[in-house]
Amino acid sequence: MHGYEFYVDPSRCIGCESCVKACEECETHRGKSMINFDFIDRRGTTATAAYVCWHCEEPTCAMVCPADAIKKGEDGVVQSSLKPRCIGCSNCVLACPFGIPKIFPEYEQMMKCDMCYDRTSIGKRPMCATVCPSQALAYVRPEEIARRREKPSNVFYFGNQRIQTRVHMMVPADAESISLDVLDYIWEESDAVLPQTQ
Amino acid sequence: MAEPPVSAEILFERFGPHPAYTPPGGWQDESRNPAERLVKTHCCFCGQQCGIQLKVRGNQVIGFEPWEEFPFNHGMLCPKGVKRYMQGGHPDRLLDPLLRTPQGFRTASWDEALDFTAKRLREIQEKYGKDSVAIYGGASLISEKSYLLGKFARVALGTRHIDYNGRLCMVSAGVAYKLAFGVDRSPLPWSDIAKAQVVLVAGANVAECAPITTDYLWRCRDAGGKLIIVDPRMTPISRNADLYLPVRPGTDLVLYMGLLHVVLRDGLENRKFIAAHTTGFEQVAESVRSWDPRTVAEKTGVPPESIERAAHLFAKAERAIALHARGVEHQSKGVENCLALINLCLATGNIGREGAGCAMITGQGNGQGGREHGQKCDQLPGQRSINDPEARTHTAKVWGITPDEIPQAGYTAVEIMEAIHRGEIKALLSCCFNPIVSLPDANFTHEALEKLEFLGIVDFFMSETAHYADVVLAGSLQEEEEGIGCTAEGRVIHIQKAVDPPGNAKEDSWIYCDLAKRLGKGQYFPYTSTREIYDELREASRGGHADYFGITYEKIDKNMGVFWPCPSLDHPGTPRLFEDGRSFHADGKHHLVVTEWRESGDPVSAEYPIYLTTGRVVSQYLSGTQTRRIGGLLEQYPNPRLEIHPRLAEQYGIADGDWVTITSRRAEITLQAMVVKTIRPDTVFIPYHWPGGRSANRLTHRTLDPRSKIPEYKVSACRLRKAVSPPEWARQSKGVNAPEAKGRA
Repeated sequence: MHGYEFYVDPSRCIGCESCVKACEECETHRGKSMINFDFIDRRGTTATAAYVCWHCEEPTCAMVCPADAIKKGEDGVVQSSLKPRCIGCSNCVLACPFGIPKIFPEYEQMMKCDMCYDRTSIGKRPMCATVCPSQALAYVRPEEIARRREKPSNVFYFGNQRIQTRVHMMVPADAESISLDVLDYIWEESDAVLPQTQ
Repeated sequence: MAEPPVSAEILFERFGPHPAYTPPGGWQDESRNPAERLVKTHCCFCGQQCGIQLKVRGNQVIGFEPWEEFPFNHGMLCPKGVKRYMQGGHPDRLLDPLLRTPQGFRTASWDEALDFTAKRLREIQEKYGKDSVAIYGGASLISEKSYLLGKFARVALGTRHIDYNGRLCMVSAGVAYKLAFGVDRSPLPWSDIAKAQVVLVAGANVAECAPITTDYLWRCRDAGGKLIIVDPRMTPISRNADLYLPVRPGTDLVLYMGLLHVVLRDGLENRKFIAAHTTGFEQVAESVRSWDPRTVAEKTGVPPESIERAAHLFAKAERAIALHARGVEHQSKGVENCLALINLCLATGNIGREGAGCAMITGQGNGQGGREHGQKCDQLPGQRSINDPEARTHTAKVWGITPDEIPQAGYTAVEIMEAIHRGEIKALLSCCFNPIVSLPDANFTHEALEKLEFLGIVDFFMSETAHYADVVLAGSLQEEEEGIGCTAEGRVIHIQKAVDPPGNAKEDSWIYCDLAKRLGKGQYFPYTSTREIYDELREASRGGHADYFGITYEKIDKNMGVFWPCPSLDHPGTPRLFEDGRSFHADGKHHLVVTEWRESGDPVSAEYPIYLTTGRVVSQYLSGTQTRRIGGLLEQYPNPRLEIHPRLAEQYGIADGDWVTITSRRAEITLQAMVVKTIRPDTVFIPYHWPGGRSANRLTHRTLDPRSKIPEYKVSACRLRKAVSPPEWARQSKGVNAPEAKGRA
């Protein structure tokens, strides 16, 4: 759908798993859910997270695929592996920094979220973002997301790897990007903080 | 009659619940045999009644498609809504009437089953009197059916004892709203929630029990609104609360009286509004004088600073809303709890305008509509009182009988079970109700059911209560009859018929009409469709508070729902009540009503030192007779667990996953512990959707709120001990049929 973008906001996730259940109802992969869903630490919190594929501009999964089975479309959507090419080697599963691709042994194939290509191509929103009752998964226009307290970001750092994605993560309004590396948050220069050896 | 004919295990083996994981024909069937049509209708679970489209092929519902145009939920659904389509073609579906035999149950023809039912009801009434037969109804029924049940009880049977499972839901809120406003309906449409500057959520686990309401709360916050959550558990939405008040179970009343105390102490009340539109303010002001923040904190466990801050946030907002649900309503002070919240709203002038007011989050599918048209023991259609001579005259005229022929008010749901237990009521005909799971003190319910001389059940699945039945009449799902419902916000919606009942199952309305004929009262039940029943309901409700006269099926379709009251065909409906500043009372005023603190009916003591509270999980609905059969929902939360704080768990040497025996003054059950920091350390929580050894309601007590007769599910006392081995239910594979939980703590 032209002009619509995908936004993920775990802070709004209520853990209902509606997305997980609805994804497996989609006609192209009925019975298989492509949502990654986790209780972060149920002992400590009710926080949960539901993720779709982030659809990287330079998809690591495609780069490491020895069979050239993973393609990104002109719309920026990274597709499931091509069935005739996929050799089920799991390189993509191991390499994806977000942990998205799944191997389905019964098909000997990697399948993942394709942002509901079958639905978006005919003017429907992706199934998960349509049913999500709590705005944790949203497929809306940028001007609608601008009304939220948080702001969208689509740049992630994993160590030295900078990843820009099609899907946005909602982050606190003052955050530039999302880094998961403590180094990016400490005051000292990264070299200076290391133990000085003789 | 007496105990179930064979063991529960044998009945579970034959009738389920068997979890079904795949749709009829398997996952791939739809690609070979796509849907022929989409039916725009509503979810059958929960009071929000979200719009949904059912995919239909032939006479089978095979899937769903979001209905994005429906203005309440815009296509949003919770997992129950996503999977609701799995019921129609479920292998456990009852396809024939069943008669009890010593070996279990055998199928019967409709003639045989209905003749037998009519004969037994007649015999028992002749022997013991009209009122020896009781009717149970359910709030999940479409309004046509609940209207029909009320008329069936009073006209076909002539008994005064009819009540419904909504008695276990929110009747305390209904009584409170009638006392304060003269009418039982949420005064505001949900769109107001997004417009409020402050929303106080009192005892409502919105994320799990009314998931779509989360969207409204988040929209409120995005517009700068503040969220105050009151709950003994840190529910999922509490993570985003601006203020979280972890109230001790059963002490909610003094918390809200304490908030009003601070409001009045600091002069934050709306004097102008109070003078112009209310009565009773001075007495209420006096009643909260002793509840200063320090005293309230000692009672509730909520810090005095939080009490002060909540009161100031609420009272200083131009537009504030108090939402409440079972947490405050399921108490022996249920009515007072709601009244205290209403008093807070009235004292601050929050009612009758956009973004301001109070609302109950009604819990059951058609929980609002199901309580308006006559299946409550004291009520006639249109929310009329059965004690009101004018109401009796009006209703009698519509029904074609004399006012004297309408019986007087009967017992409420729990009182009916108690009357069965003491032998006063001998026969029960129950539809859409599973009391052995849902009533408090389940062992008592078990004893009562064994004493019945006749039990007839109308249901689409074999519920655990149906195990005790003499006859089980295979009825219909929501999508198998056309009709209307009314949502939590007061919006009347159109339930479309998607398919016919499968096999030899029949529409519930057909069953009751045919039974009426066999009882010799057929002339009062001449309907050939639910539309004819609805037209009579419109007439019966006309002039009552819940006036549906101006609402037709076509008008609902055109407007995506119509809010009652709607007294004439050209009336647009009433999304927000009291906009003219007048309540439904004769004096037009909103009434503040004095509330008074008292102990719970099952107080904690040295012997039972821990609070037990019960509730729902997002993947299950009520007694689970529908949702425990849907594999995708069951695997999300297969068995009840005991939520317990690490500090309390440590005292008893309990680790996560350990078996723990929970003992109340009535019974004990053994469940696995789920050690979480998201609950008060003096409180444990158990979800109530399961039967037998997993039934939270074996532990709960029958103390009722004196005015509304709602049971006190949210406050019991218990003690704990670590169990040495798993309980019987966990050792048996039959009857549990539950997969292992995935990804839980």
